[in-house]
Amino acid sequence: MFRLEPRASAPLAWQLATPVLAVLATMITGGILFAALGFDPVASIRTIFWDPLFGPAASYSRPQLLVKAGPLILIASGLALGFRAGIWNIGAEGQYIIGAICGAAVALAAYPTEAFWIFPAMILAGALGGCAWGMIPAMLRNWFGASEILVSLMLVYVAQKVAAWMAFGPMKNPEGFNFPGSRNLQQYPAASNPEIIANTGLHWGVIAAGIALVVTWFVMSRHVLGFHIRTAGAAPRAARFAGVRPQRLVALCLGVSGALAGVAGLFEVAGPAGQITESFGSGYGFTAIIVAFLGRLHPLGILFAGLLMALTYIGGELAQMMLQLPAATVQVFQGMLLFFLLGFDILTRYRIRRRA
Amino acid sequence: MTDVFRAESLGKTYPGVRANEDVSFSVAPGEIHALLGENGAGKSTLVKMIYGLVKPDDGHMTLMGSVHAPADPRAARAAGVAMVFQHFSLFDALTVAENIALGMENPPKSRELSQRIAELSQSYGLPLNPARRVASLSAGERQRVEILRCLLQSPRLLIMDEPTSVLTPQEAEILFATLRQLAAGGTAILYISHKLDEIRSHCDRATILRHGRVVNTVDPRAHTARELAAMMVGAEMRVIDRSGRKPGAEVLRVAGLATASDGMALKDVALTLRAGEILGIGGVAGNGQEELLSALSGEIATRPGTITLDGVDLSRTPPEARRKAGLLAAPEDRLGHAAVPEFSLAENTLLTAGSRQGLIRGGLIDHSAAQAFAQAVIAAFDVRTPGPQTAAGALSGGNLQKFVIGREVLGKPRVLVVNQPTWGVDAGAAAQVRQALLDLAAKGAGIIVISQDLDELLELSDRFCALNDGRLSAPRPTEGLSIDEIGLMLGGAHGMEVAHVPA
Repeated sequence: MFRLEPRASAPLAWQLATPVLAVLATMITGGILFAALGFDPVASIRTIFWDPLFGPAASYSRPQLLVKAGPLILIASGLALGFRAGIWNIGAEGQYIIGAICGAAVALAAYPTEAFWIFPAMILAGALGGCAWGMIPAMLRNWFGASEILVSLMLVYVAQKVAAWMAFGPMKNPEGFNFPGSRNLQQYPAASNPEIIANTGLHWGVIAAGIALVVTWFVMSRHVLGFHIRTAGAAPRAARFAGVRPQRLVALCLGVSGALAGVAGLFEVAGPAGQITESFGSGYGFTAIIVAFLGRLHPLGILFAGLLMALTYIGGELAQMMLQLPAATVQVFQGMLLFFLLGFDILTRYRIRRRA
Repeated sequence: MTDVFRAESLGKTYPGVRANEDVSFSVAPGEIHALLGENGAGKSTLVKMIYGLVKPDDGHMTLMGSVHAPADPRAARAAGVAMVFQHFSLFDALTVAENIALGMENPPKSRELSQRIAELSQSYGLPLNPARRVASLSAGERQRVEILRCLLQSPRLLIMDEPTSVLTPQEAEILFATLRQLAAGGTAILYISHKLDEIRSHCDRATILRHGRVVNTVDPRAHTARELAAMMVGAEMRVIDRSGRKPGAEVLRVAGLATASDGMALKDVALTLRAGEILGIGGVAGNGQEELLSALSGEIATRPGTITLDGVDLSRTPPEARRKAGLLAAPEDRLGHAAVPEFSLAENTLLTAGSRQGLIRGGLIDHSAAQAFAQAVIAAFDVRTPGPQTAAGALSGGNLQKFVIGREVLGKPRVLVVNQPTWGVDAGAAAQVRQALLDLAAKGAGIIVISQDLDELLELSDRFCALNDGRLSAPRPTEGLSIDEIGLMLGGAHGMEVAHVPA
């Protein structure tokens, strides 16, 4: 009855409209789902999308917005570079964990010294750790043609095992009554990443996310490197013709996105999380993939998408507490959002025609 | 005698374009009828309507006296229309017979089918072994598979879309003999091409399209190529001016060039090029043409000492540094190699003109300079486009080609290498591109033109050599070279081993 007709070019209006449509469709479908589970759909949606910002407990939940959005935006801005070039780093979660471990290792080694260099050294270690973890799929792709999608994804599970090993073994808190988990860095001033302005949720990771957005925006729009990245993604042969070395680009994109994910992990372990535990990874690395696409791989879009995703985290927890919605709500919402986004994306490239 | 096919006042509108307007013509039995027109003149739309791929908005068609309004290609085939497309749809891994069986509604048993293929190919002088795998066939042989596939349907009207674009002259002669024989049996043939000489020597009538309308239906043998071209373009063709060139000192030397790429490997290619000289390299695509361009542009690195520009070894130099040194290239594939279709024309200047035009300085892109340079290319090469912000993919083939060539020509190269500079480009744009290359040579640049179009090579080049199976023949002065000699240099009609004299 209907058919899809390819468009000559993707209209900007549709490119901007599809994320909004995806969010609306997610709300509607979510509402139907909650109604089927026996919850009040309007109240549920309001609890997830409205109450965290403007509800009665908003003064508690609003700062959480930046706490959650910071790492998402930081990771997503790195991932977007690679995605633009057609280099698919799916393993940011692993790079996030390894970055946190490497950064925490510096702090734990220095403990209990109080010195100004400790926190910068931790950031550096976090970046290097994430970068190194990202370079594994890069090198395997460059040397052996291995798929960076599979290798980076599988390395997430390796990283999770490393975190568990650290929590039970080398990094276990000697004063922790034999509980798994490292020392809490929040109680170690030289290594902690505290809230900079009270009740805003603003910590160094959020500032780093802001810097990452500005820098990636500049690189993508003004620097020849961004041009090469976009060319490689749009037309690989034209990129080679322009002088891009594909192998170098693979190493660069996986290295940079790994480093940013690693830094995000470091800010998390030194701040909101406080310690390396068995289950340190919290899914930011995967959610950031959704953030990157929802934000159209554009820095400004990533900013909004990161905030929106943070909202679903907070709202989902709120709904869990207030309405006893199932814990899986957040994941269902995030999954639906990506699903609808990819679905509606068809409308940017095709128009729907009624079959004559 | 009634016509096999008749179109009356056909019209078709696409969004924003009137592709066909009031098109009427007829094809008689036993006639080879040419459909002649520039790219975008509406030939493809017209043919698609006949073959059931597109429905006309206005007018109607008749086939063998009854109304012809096919809902889809299957209905068109059932009515007796067959078509050989420019691009083949064959599976490399399957045999000739298997490929033909796949395209049939009710394929007979494979032995029976092989028998019929063998008989048909014998009777039409199209030698083809039904048991051979398609992967091992030459372009000409693959086309024979497509033709045989059509002949098995015993069509009343056979449509051929630019069939000789992939053939050597000898292969083309075989094709024409077959078409002639088919026509003698009463089949009507609609022959689409923009090669004027071919139409003049082989077609009985020609319907000329311009801007979607029929300009005239003529006997092509009664007109000169220039007259036909003028009808096609709507104005007198520009006369190519070869004057004002004198070869100077040697600028480029290629020696012992070999590649180990996935496609056709180059084998011990050697050539020299002088300033102000145009070297033509002929040969059927797929014989190393793309590899040669890639090796010269720097996309493929080669052994030290193989590529020397003005005495400087550039063999290991990356593409952008080669451009800085003055070695520029324009690849054949406009969309995806020479230009990025999604990018604007302004952004596409950055692909190759970054350092030569100062569009990228210290790693930073000067967007307004790119915009201005794109505008300069558009103005100098008469690129028809709304402006530098238009996406490259939105331009017609000819306009984008003018842009791609113009981008390199304005870079004032020492040496320019172009592959298929006028492939799929209408006659007017092709003449402009060729003139631009000649003017560039007159200003002292050395130019290598790689092309399948022999007329183009003969028109442009001072010396001619052929690339076959990754080997480059010794160059010969173009003056006094006959088409037959060239055909032999290119490698004969049946894919037989070329008489290659090792250096």
